[in-house]
Amino acid sequence: MSISRRRFLKSLTAAGVAMAAPRPAGAHGEFAGHPESYGVLQDITLCIGCRLCEKACNQVNHLPAPEKPFDDLSVLEKHRRTDAKTYTVVNRYDIPSYHRSPVFNKFQCNHCQEPACLSSCFVAAYTKTPEGAVVYDASVCVGCRYCLVACPFGVPTYEYREPLEPTVRKCTMCYPRLLEGELPGCVEACPQQTMLFGKREDLIAVARERIRKHPSRYVDHIYGEHEMGGTSWLYISGVPFEELGFRTDLGTTPAPKLTSGALAAVPIIIGVWPALLGGIYVMTRTKEKAAVRDKDSAVRRAIEETQAAADQARKQAAEKAKVEREKAVELAVKKALEKAAKESAEEGS
Amino acid sequence: MSEPANPVERPIFCPFNIIAGIIILVGLGITYLRFTGGLGAVTNLDDNNAWGFWIGFDLLCGVALAAGGYTTAAAVEVFGMKKFHAALRPALLTGFLGYSMVVIALLYDVGRPWRLPYPFVWSPGPTSVLFEVGACVMLYLMVLFLEFSPMALEWLGERKLRRVLVRLTLLLTIFGITLSTMHQSSLGALFLIVPSKLHPLWYSSYLPVFFFVSSVAAGLSMVIFESTLAHRAFSDKMDEEHKRAADAVVLGFGKAAAFVLAVYFAIKTFGVALDDNWGLLATNYGLWFLLEMIGFVLLPCFLFVVGVRDLNPTVIRWAAFLTVLGIVLNRLNICLIAFNWQLSPADRYFPHWMEIGLSVFVVTLGVTAYRFIVTRMPVFYEHPDFSEGH
Amino acid sequence: MSEGFHSLQEFMTHTKGILYLLSLGYLVAFVLFWKYLHDRENDDD
Repeated sequence: MSISRRRFLKSLTAAGVAMAAPRPAGAHGEFAGHPESYGVLQDITLCIGCRLCEKACNQVNHLPAPEKPFDDLSVLEKHRRTDAKTYTVVNRYDIPSYHRSPVFNKFQCNHCQEPACLSSCFVAAYTKTPEGAVVYDASVCVGCRYCLVACPFGVPTYEYREPLEPTVRKCTMCYPRLLEGELPGCVEACPQQTMLFGKREDLIAVARERIRKHPSRYVDHIYGEHEMGGTSWLYISGVPFEELGFRTDLGTTPAPKLTSGALAAVPIIIGVWPALLGGIYVMTRTKEKAAVRDKDSAVRRAIEETQAAADQARKQAAEKAKVEREKAVELAVKKALEKAAKESAEEGS
Repeated sequence: MSEPANPVERPIFCPFNIIAGIIILVGLGITYLRFTGGLGAVTNLDDNNAWGFWIGFDLLCGVALAAGGYTTAAAVEVFGMKKFHAALRPALLTGFLGYSMVVIALLYDVGRPWRLPYPFVWSPGPTSVLFEVGACVMLYLMVLFLEFSPMALEWLGERKLRRVLVRLTLLLTIFGITLSTMHQSSLGALFLIVPSKLHPLWYSSYLPVFFFVSSVAAGLSMVIFESTLAHRAFSDKMDEEHKRAADAVVLGFGKAAAFVLAVYFAIKTFGVALDDNWGLLATNYGLWFLLEMIGFVLLPCFLFVVGVRDLNPTVIRWAAFLTVLGIVLNRLNICLIAFNWQLSPADRYFPHWMEIGLSVFVVTLGVTAYRFIVTRMPVFYEHPDFSEGH
Repeated sequence: MSEGFHSLQEFMTHTKGILYLLSLGYLVAFVLFWKYLHDRENDDD
């Protein structure tokens, strides 16, 4: 074998050590997001549940008219989620212990800093734009729906009734309007100015200031500041967020970080497995060949020994036969001589 | 080295063909509905439950149960265990057909199946675990096809091409084992991104390792399970060497499976300890988890041990069957049952009968192809013209 | 510290893309390397 066994084993050990101490993929520093990233600060305490934002969203995005019109507030009796024709919904929460009950919360895509939909998309159909909006490109989408699975907020929706050209549907933060310098439709339409559009950093500062100025009005938390690594849609509320249907157990680990460890193992397996398996193959073949060689030589030796023993036995038998023949000849000669002697003795007298 | 039995002339309307025919007709009907009415017309999928029975069973279970290909190839070609040689071709055939069935099922599940090549030729999303799954499955299907092709080429009498392919065996085997390690584990890694949706007893940073180790057990068990079925259905196609080797394969693979299941049980336990989830075992989901672990991992492990120690192939075959059920249960748990566990009951998912119908259709296609191949090609016997194979 | 990448996602897209290509190249190189090492020994092995 050309690779010395020692060198091979050394490289195995190195690989083993490298695998035993997995380090998460990615830089050691923090990523700050795009400096010019915009966002929306949603002040839940201001919302009156008029649904004008839903109507504006529907119009701006040219979505089909819903079953019940937007001024029908009876829809608020049930909690709704987004669907293929509805990018945003307002839900009502009756909280008896809260003096400003009922509370209304507008639900839509949070435009995460490290979107799970983007991370999970194997065809790169999502983009986190520098403006902060997370947008979807239907022209490459294969329809695998992993983004629906991955989104911790349960935002994206799918056209399950579309047979050949289904797309994923979700809030776009009115990205085309942003590029024109306009506000998202819902932000503009809100009569209470529940939503404030601006640079994400500024919005966080505004939120902090509002909470600081009115501590009895707000819960001391900006939802979206750190959740899942931070979102561009930020919320402040008068009641604890879990009472408004927010997931408060999501943690701050961004989605890409959740899979970076497993993905990091891939090139290592590609690097190590062929060598490992090839090495095992060579080692078992060598062992087999050595075993075959040993067996062969043992068989050969056995044959030789048997042969030698047979030769020896034959030689001995030949010797013995010779000795016996000589003795027989001697005896015959002796007998003949005796007979001759007797005959000559009888003739003589 | 013995002569293959002559292919028995089966009547066109034998029971298998009739049942398979009905299933295929129903499947074609579902196909029509799927591509005229969308997924919503044939499934119970919705925005909360975007992955259902087709992903849970056809993809996740299908890939795990087709793992016999790489495990047997590893044993025979890499570890040089010649006594399992008779099991190699059937295992590779099952692997090839199994992965083909997975791809067929995916053609129904994804919204635009003709775009499936997009990530690899046009717009890659390399941070997606699904990208890695897709790339590996695609490459592995090619490897399996090449490993299967000598059987077809022998049937067709194509000597030269067959020789070229046989020379590639070691390379294909090593590549296949590498690819299998990656995609078996990556199917588990798919769920790393949803700690908030998968029940903590099943969610773990070790998910990829769990999936890989259990796939080995699945592969070994499926080889045993299928050899049991094949010996009942196709023993007239088997040569003496194959029949004689059957028990050796069952005992050998049973011993390996005992080890693998024991290891799997241990590392799953470590997983519970890692996240300090002992308290959850006392919940309803906890009991369900214990059922999966004790009834379908520990129990078959114990049965494998008994079967190996007592040299009892029957016990081993039952252990294999239980293991296969356990793998199916595990994958369905992770994808459908323990997934979205926090949703209200009204929002939970249960498959539409047409989803199950389509899965049965796809499996039937695979079984039909298997039947066609083993009754004509040298899978269970050595082709007399090519017996210099080993 | 950000090295021109604004998010972990951007960073990983960059690194994973390179790694996949490197892995492909490695597999080809490995086969060639193996053949090179084993060629001389085919007589006595």
